[in-house]
Amino acid sequence: MPNSISLQPSEIGQRADSGTFSGISLEAENVIVPNEPIAISIEDWNLWYGSKQAVTHVSLKIPENKITALIGPSGCGKSTLLRSINRMNDLIPTVRSEGTVSYRGVNLYGPGIDPVEVRRRIGMVFQKPNPFPKSIFDNVMFGAKVNGFKGNQNELVERCLRRAALWDEVKDNLKKSGLALSGGQQQRLCIARAIANQPDIILMDEPCSALDPIATLKIEDLMRQLVKEYTIVIVTHNMQQAARVSDYTAFMLTDERVTGHLIEYRSTADIFTNPKDKRTEDYISGRFG
Amino acid sequence: MTSPELPVEISLRAEGPVARRQMLSRASRYVLLGATLIGVGVLAFLTYDVVRTGGGRLDWDFLTTYPSRRAADAGLRSSILGTAWVMALTVSLAIPVAVGTAIFMEEFAPKGKALSVIRLNIANLAGVPSIIYGILGLAVFVRGFELGGIQLIPALGPSIIAGALTLALMILPMTVIASVEAIRQVPPSLRDGSLALGASRWQTVWHHTLPGAVPGIMTGTILAVARAAGETAALIVIGAFAFIAFDNSSINDSFTVVPIQIYNWTTLPQEAFRVNASAGIIVLMVAVLSLNLIAVLIRERFSRK
Repeated sequence: MPNSISLQPSEIGQRADSGTFSGISLEAENVIVPNEPIAISIEDWNLWYGSKQAVTHVSLKIPENKITALIGPSGCGKSTLLRSINRMNDLIPTVRSEGTVSYRGVNLYGPGIDPVEVRRRIGMVFQKPNPFPKSIFDNVMFGAKVNGFKGNQNELVERCLRRAALWDEVKDNLKKSGLALSGGQQQRLCIARAIANQPDIILMDEPCSALDPIATLKIEDLMRQLVKEYTIVIVTHNMQQAARVSDYTAFMLTDERVTGHLIEYRSTADIFTNPKDKRTEDYISGRFG
Repeated sequence: MTSPELPVEISLRAEGPVARRQMLSRASRYVLLGATLIGVGVLAFLTYDVVRTGGGRLDWDFLTTYPSRRAADAGLRSSILGTAWVMALTVSLAIPVAVGTAIFMEEFAPKGKALSVIRLNIANLAGVPSIIYGILGLAVFVRGFELGGIQLIPALGPSIIAGALTLALMILPMTVIASVEAIRQVPPSLRDGSLALGASRWQTVWHHTLPGAVPGIMTGTILAVARAAGETAALIVIGAFAFIAFDNSSINDSFTVVPIQIYNWTTLPQEAFRVNASAGIIVLMVAVLSLNLIAVLIRERFSRK
């Protein structure tokens, strides 16, 4: 399959895959495997939108109960990679992918795997808060309901809102529309909504980029709380945020040769204090991107 | 400390090219106003004429008596009932099909050439003259449709159900287009949010896309119904041009509708029937205007939320 792609002039770099594509071996040195148990294992992942490749040869192991941050300039494929983890890319026509994304050893793209089941276990919070135009209560209950939740609804809603640090602000007004909340509250509602499904993993696509600094801080605190029970993967443009909240950081880049590939992956402390790749260093010190 | 005034060397009055452009701009306003007034003026004159002629004839009896050979005794009872029957049936036939089509096209159909061709054809169908639908209705519904010796659609005769099926076909393209537009207006972020929670496509459509699209679908449908309520040609072709002096009670009844009754009266030589026609026009106009008003109110109400 990639052969059809590599015929295009812009992709010439990849044709040299077998021999001269030095990037792979070089990068492998800068991509570590965490010691913790691995929740998500991405192996040689490639993804195309039509004929345009968005992610190239990414291999990444995401540890359980840790926050893993994906950083990199716009268009480097980090959101695409994130959406590959719960098969949200399936919804875009013309998407084609290669490689494996495994969740606890099960290939999410294997035969017979149902994307709805995948998304139930791997929740997602989006860049722009997107509460449903329904009450706060119904927002939290929606995912649980469509997944056949039979227990005590009030109890579930309270538990999720408490865990999302929103309960005290909304407990007297659960019938209020989710849209009537402030941006930061809306985003916490979306997190509450995601955890009501009892997922194992929460993906966050720039969850704070539409929020003010105080709301951002609250979400970050919340993430540190949640990571005790969940595995979190976050895409962020904000390097301070990656440095503050994450345990591991992956740096991705698109250059003239290869679109969306992984440059460096190691513990956040290491990557920010002692980046091995020059490009990582340039990026985190704000010299390009 | 006083700051020295800058010497006045410039004038900010419009001069030269600026003055010319501003003149054109002012003139365009009146030209455009004139264009608007042509439409509004004609409408105002027609309304005035109709109300002057028929206003005096409007009373409760006019709405509740059957048609008659004597103009003074004739009324709209059977045609109003016929319109109500046909419209109710048309809407209940057209909406489910239109909304289903729109959902399939927007949410389920693979995006590609075939879909574009279908979309283009639907847009074309919306522009087909209504009399063509009338002929189709006559051939397929009134006389029945047989293919290879199998009766696919029984001959329904010039009945309410045949009229409703014909009008439903006629408003289907408009309603599909309106529904597609309404579904497109639902923000994709809601869909993503729902799907990311493990909802299936259908659950997403049912719980989020459809409720979000309802105001648009309703507005589109009401406007289509307003058009169908004023429809004459298609129904004349299928044979609704009848003298009805009974209350319709079944979808197999023959029927007539208000616009046909009006048309009928205008073809009669006596002046008194012209008055009846004008009064009928007022009734129809008020009905259609009310439908449009309801459409506007629904849109306003939902857009504020």
